[in-house]
Amino acid sequence: MKFLGVVIVCLTGALLLYGTGEFPDWGDPNSPASLHLSNDYIEKAFEETQVPNLVTAVLADYRGFDTMFETSVIFCAGLACFLLLRDFSQKKERFYRHIPTGVILHVKNSKKILKVGKEFEHMDKDWVPSDLIIKTVCRIIIPFIQLYALYVVAHGDFSPGGGFQGGVIFGSSLILLAISYDLKTLVNRIKEKVFGIYAAIGVLIYVGIGAICMPMGGNFLDYSKLAPLVPGDPHHIRALGMLGIEIGVGIAVTAVMAIIYINIVSEGRHDEGL
Amino acid sequence: MHWPIDLIVLTFVIFCAIAAISVKDLLGTAILFGAYSFMMCLLWTVMGAVDVAFTEASVGAGVSTVFFVAAIFRTSRRTKD
Repeated sequence: MKFLGVVIVCLTGALLLYGTGEFPDWGDPNSPASLHLSNDYIEKAFEETQVPNLVTAVLADYRGFDTMFETSVIFCAGLACFLLLRDFSQKKERFYRHIPTGVILHVKNSKKILKVGKEFEHMDKDWVPSDLIIKTVCRIIIPFIQLYALYVVAHGDFSPGGGFQGGVIFGSSLILLAISYDLKTLVNRIKEKVFGIYAAIGVLIYVGIGAICMPMGGNFLDYSKLAPLVPGDPHHIRALGMLGIEIGVGIAVTAVMAIIYINIVSEGRHDEGL
Repeated sequence: MHWPIDLIVLTFVIFCAIAAISVKDLLGTAILFGAYSFMMCLLWTVMGAVDVAFTEASVGAGVSTVFFVAAIFRTSRRTKD
């Protein structure tokens, strides 16, 4: 079986290498891709959209429909993760730690969750002693990561970045909180329902901005028709529309990253994990 | 293209890919996969596709590695084949 696998991999690799032989050179101005559409984008994109970053202009405006469904795919990934992994049954075993002495209580066969006062705390089964250095460093660094994520979202029109990257960075700051403290800290701070609602709101913002353009007399996602609704220079309206959908994408991606992580690491129970 | 950088990075890409499928420890594979993604990110940067490099760095090298580690945490760390 292993031999067969190696043969198939080698054959596919050889075919792919053979196929790349026909490709145009890197950055070839006479390649089919740069002959028709690219020139148009490069010459007119800034004039039409007032967005210096060409990639964002193409992704969020000219190819806005693609990006909309990409966001929907991300949303569906979060939904699938929730539906496959979420487990609402309660665990029967619980561990509590007496904080002043460090004694650990192991409660078996009790469905009731005991109320903990100031002296006791819930504990994970695979609990590791939390490290003061890691906690402190993460507490200091997390706000900066989140600020950077917001910068990446807001500055997507001018520099590399945008909703996807910013959302992923924001989501990973939440994951860092869960890793450095424990999963309960994150789950107690932001409820599961809030993540779900945010994931849906992000997609809704995107589709909503696209849909508003239709009663204003344009096509779906034709931001230029939004000019009467927004005060300010009407030339920048397409850039503003792109910023709006980037924010929507960012919210959706942030929430979906957190949903996927929490569901995987706690086996869908949302109580204990890495 | 800057061919010396390209050659070094491509060597690392192939090295990481072969190491990732031959290591028995799945946690090591996850980390090697992150390294592979980071090398790909460098490759995109050399090619001038900075947006793609940014996505590769945040999604490929960042979050997906964490997802792999989380999945290994809940399953087993050793592979049988």
